[in-house]
Amino acid sequence: MVWLSVLLAILFVVVAPVLGCLITGADRILTARMQRRRGPSILQPYYDVRKLLEKDARANDVVQVILLALSLVMLVVAGVCLYAGANFLLCILLETLSSLMFILAASVDPSPFVQVGVQREILQVMCCEPMLLLFAVGVYLYTGSFSVSSLFSTNLPMVVWLPLIFIGLVFVLTIKLRKSPFDIASSHHAHQEIVAGASTEMSGLSLALIEVTHWYELVILMSWVGMFFVTSNPLSVLLAILAAAVVFLLEIWIDNSFARVKWQVMFKSSWMVALVCGMVNFAMFFFIDSNGLVFF
Amino acid sequence: MSVKDTSKKGASYVKKSPWIIHYDAASCNGCDIEVLASLTPLYDVERFGIINTGNPRHADIFLVTGSVNEQAKPVIEQIYSQMVEPKVVIACGICACSGGVFKTCYNTMGGIDQVIPVDVYVPGCAVRPEALIDGVVRALDILEQKRAAMDAGLPVPTPEVKLGVETPRVLHTQDDPDESGTPIEPAAQGGEGAKR
Ligand code: SF4
Repeated sequence: MVWLSVLLAILFVVVAPVLGCLITGADRILTARMQRRRGPSILQPYYDVRKLLEKDARANDVVQVILLALSLVMLVVAGVCLYAGANFLLCILLETLSSLMFILAASVDPSPFVQVGVQREILQVMCCEPMLLLFAVGVYLYTGSFSVSSLFSTNLPMVVWLPLIFIGLVFVLTIKLRKSPFDIASSHHAHQEIVAGASTEMSGLSLALIEVTHWYELVILMSWVGMFFVTSNPLSVLLAILAAAVVFLLEIWIDNSFARVKWQVMFKSSWMVALVCGMVNFAMFFFIDSNGLVFF
Repeated sequence: MSVKDTSKKGASYVKKSPWIIHYDAASCNGCDIEVLASLTPLYDVERFGIINTGNPRHADIFLVTGSVNEQAKPVIEQIYSQMVEPKVVIACGICACSGGVFKTCYNTMGGIDQVIPVDVYVPGCAVRPEALIDGVVRALDILEQKRAAMDAGLPVPTPEVKLGVETPRVLHTQDDPDESGTPIEPAAQGGEGAKR
């Protein structure tokens, strides 16, 4: 099965940006339609990146570009871990490390907007981490290992045993995807009280790198959603894709229906959701006699 | 001077994703409301990939409304200098073009071209969204010319700042250098808008 892992990993590296770009384009169209507008072409994110690459490169900071490139590379490695069926904990940690690299890259700029944006980015990482770690613990409890491939030898999809963890993850995804009401650090829409947050001073190549990183990230996040639905049955992959699509539609709807909250609300609610969902779900998990689970 | 020609090596993308920053110099807010109206479902400029970024570093097109006074001058200069090439400036509304009704006020310097190079003049009081979109489309062609010049290693063609130069009563677009030319019209509505 090694060749399958390698194949999937290569496939991820090549296909993920294309997929991420198309999903982002679809997001913009759907958002426009929800606001009764026509919206741009589905390839608009691609045009944006190509345009950014045509901007004057002299405006970029070398250190910043290197850090952003590192952020991208780490995210790609995280995705490779996931799709090669390797250690899931490593995937989550690399994903976080990628966010930290972005934060480091942004802090190069002295602008006050950037500094406030960076603080908020750090806050967002703090809000997401507990839930992601509980998610990893859930995967371990369910399959008896942190290996992603072990999910493909289960009889029932993980969501049956870890429904609350799933809800918690969807909650955290709103923060990760920079969607309203949790788009306090930066958002894909115009006009923020802190302009464009951490990326305010970036232009051209730097922005293009961030955009491509977002494409990869989108695919990884959606794959996490899909992980809750895969079983030993190969057809379950279709179910996983469907579930990811539904969750993404839900996120777009949430984005368009809620106003931005203050960071205090985000911080409290995300930790509360993580702790309540995590604890209650694990209690359920241990309470119900779960024969057939590797844990026992 | 025509707009097309440019890119020999494949399509250019500056025309497909123009990001805008909008600044209200000393406008009466009439033009600003029209600028924002272009974002609404009726006109929906995002169809063309246009985003109102509110951030000079991200923007390709600088939309300025209203005439310039001493307070707005340093802000306009700063925003302009923060934008990354290739970039274009659009003066929106007759105030931004020449000073308009405020031209002779004691605190008014005149149109935007007294301070920064202006590439496209869009007249109207207030400027109508159709004319504005038309102005942006013209700006895209100029943007493309600038990018082509950058690619060729040439200096980016930039119009002159007309500090102290009396703005002519009849305005001309950048691609109509003939000073005795015809007045520009908001092409989207065949000049009707100019009469309103
Ligand atoms: S052109 Fe007219 S509407 Fe626009 S700023 Fe001047 S006075 Fe106001």
